[in-house]
Amino acid sequence: MMTPTYHIAPLADQGVLIDCGETIDIEVNRWIEAAALAVRAAGIAGVIGIVPTYRSLAIEYDSATITQHELIARLDALAATLSVGQRRSRRWRIPVVYGGEFGIDFDDFRRRHELSRDELIARHTAPDYRVFMIGFMPGFAYLGGLDQRLHTPRRDSPRTRTPAGSISVGGQQTAFASVEAPSGWHLLGRTPVRNFVAGRTPPILVEAGDCVRFDAIDGARFETLQQDRDWLPDWEWIESGEAIP
Amino acid sequence: MSTAMGVPESGAGVAFMVEAPGMMTTLQDAGRLGQGHLGLPPSGALDGMSLGQANALVGNAPKPDTQTGQPQEFGALEITLLGPRLRLSGGRCVVAVTGDAEVLVNGQRVETFRALALEAGDELHVRRVISGARAYLAVGGGFASTPFLGSVSTLVRAGVGGFDGRALEAGDRLPLSDPAAGIDHAGRAGERHLPQREKRPVRVVLGPQSGAFSHAGITRFLTAEWTISTLADRMGYRLQGPELKSPAGHNIVSDALLTGSVQIPGDGRPIIAMHDRGTTGGYPKIATVIRADLARLGQMKPGDRLRFEAIDPAHAETLWRGRQRAFRRYLAGLAT
Repeated sequence: MMTPTYHIAPLADQGVLIDCGETIDIEVNRWIEAAALAVRAAGIAGVIGIVPTYRSLAIEYDSATITQHELIARLDALAATLSVGQRRSRRWRIPVVYGGEFGIDFDDFRRRHELSRDELIARHTAPDYRVFMIGFMPGFAYLGGLDQRLHTPRRDSPRTRTPAGSISVGGQQTAFASVEAPSGWHLLGRTPVRNFVAGRTPPILVEAGDCVRFDAIDGARFETLQQDRDWLPDWEWIESGEAIP
Repeated sequence: MSTAMGVPESGAGVAFMVEAPGMMTTLQDAGRLGQGHLGLPPSGALDGMSLGQANALVGNAPKPDTQTGQPQEFGALEITLLGPRLRLSGGRCVVAVTGDAEVLVNGQRVETFRALALEAGDELHVRRVISGARAYLAVGGGFASTPFLGSVSTLVRAGVGGFDGRALEAGDRLPLSDPAAGIDHAGRAGERHLPQREKRPVRVVLGPQSGAFSHAGITRFLTAEWTISTLADRMGYRLQGPELKSPAGHNIVSDALLTGSVQIPGDGRPIIAMHDRGTTGGYPKIATVIRADLARLGQMKPGDRLRFEAIDPAHAETLWRGRQRAFRRYLAGLAT
């Protein structure tokens, strides 16, 4: 692919931002993912952390080890020559109970879009979603590839608490939450999967660049899976590029 | 009682019993750095300078973390406005409190910025923070808490770090790692360094979305006097002052946040992201606070006033080097 237009901006003396601007675009997001891998692989002394998002990559640094001026030169050289190849990624199967107490906005949501219960579930479970980023809260996965018919503006009034494991829709995105959090998105269901668990190795399962497929389950299955402490969701390797049209 | 989950066995059996927890008392070190890609903020002491001084006074020199290999401060109790009342059990230890606080041992007022020897049965009460918002209580040899991703810092929202991943509660038992380690440091005293004494504007570098604001909007941001609202905690501070309107709208495609990122949401009132922030955010960021001014920001509380001043990144790096030199002088001063 072509290198997207980017610019590098200071985040005070704490970081720099490689920014592709106001865009939700799978090619841009793949480039960001490749840039994150390249920066990590370069092992630049003084780099403290790397945060990839939809459209940007923040690189935190310690100015006692590298100046911002030097860091920007290194990053510019990396970014200008970056190539985005086919990459294997993981496709996770995430079980979800839709509606009822598990998804309190499900009925309003399907009426708003004039869909039956089964039609809404079919449309939400059909795509292979790309994880555009992990952000906001520990393990919170922002997913792209939502059926256009399900695009829905956020709620006027955000809720101060939504349950861990919530599956929600906000704008043109759907998401999969791991910890209890405030949210203005529509709650369609809940999964027993906890993407972030502090004591587990690794603490996070689904990462940026991975692929997620939802499978509808019933409440009894939810309870069984939630009580099984050793249970982890299935995943398989796929070639990146095959997942999302 | 704290369940012992995640807390290593303390061979010495020396512990603080929490008789009253204070308003919001958590174990914090220099933070869980470099985990933003997991959605995990750094957490850590809001005033890192006072944390370092408290540790230095009791002889806790930063040591490489066993998982990350990076140097890490010992965890200390971060005390917010009203502090805890603790009783030592099982043996002796040495403690130091930094920040501007009223501290009592067995009901007698004692000095801050001084390493104090405590005996089993002694009561240590950090009654209140006088100026600023926070005080730090370090103990020689450190508290016993299992690091998670290189840090013992508490992040209540995710239930990680500290003691059971939460703020202290009455009845908790806080085991100490190696209380004998600090005994020789009893009596060691340092200069009372308080970041909140500095009254100059909080320095920022404009961006990364300052382009979303008009010239007049940026001028207003830099000239207005802002007040920290009551919505101020470890996650962020909401400011009161004039409304800042972005002609480009108040939603952006989610972008990374750092500690000190100044976001402008739809109501036009800035939010400064602090250590327990989200790792990403969907509001435009007009500016980012420089590293050298984060500790001072960490000592601010509702009602405090501030102004911002824009500088360039190279100047910010110079100021940070100055802060680090000053800290090394502080440590050298303790050694004599």
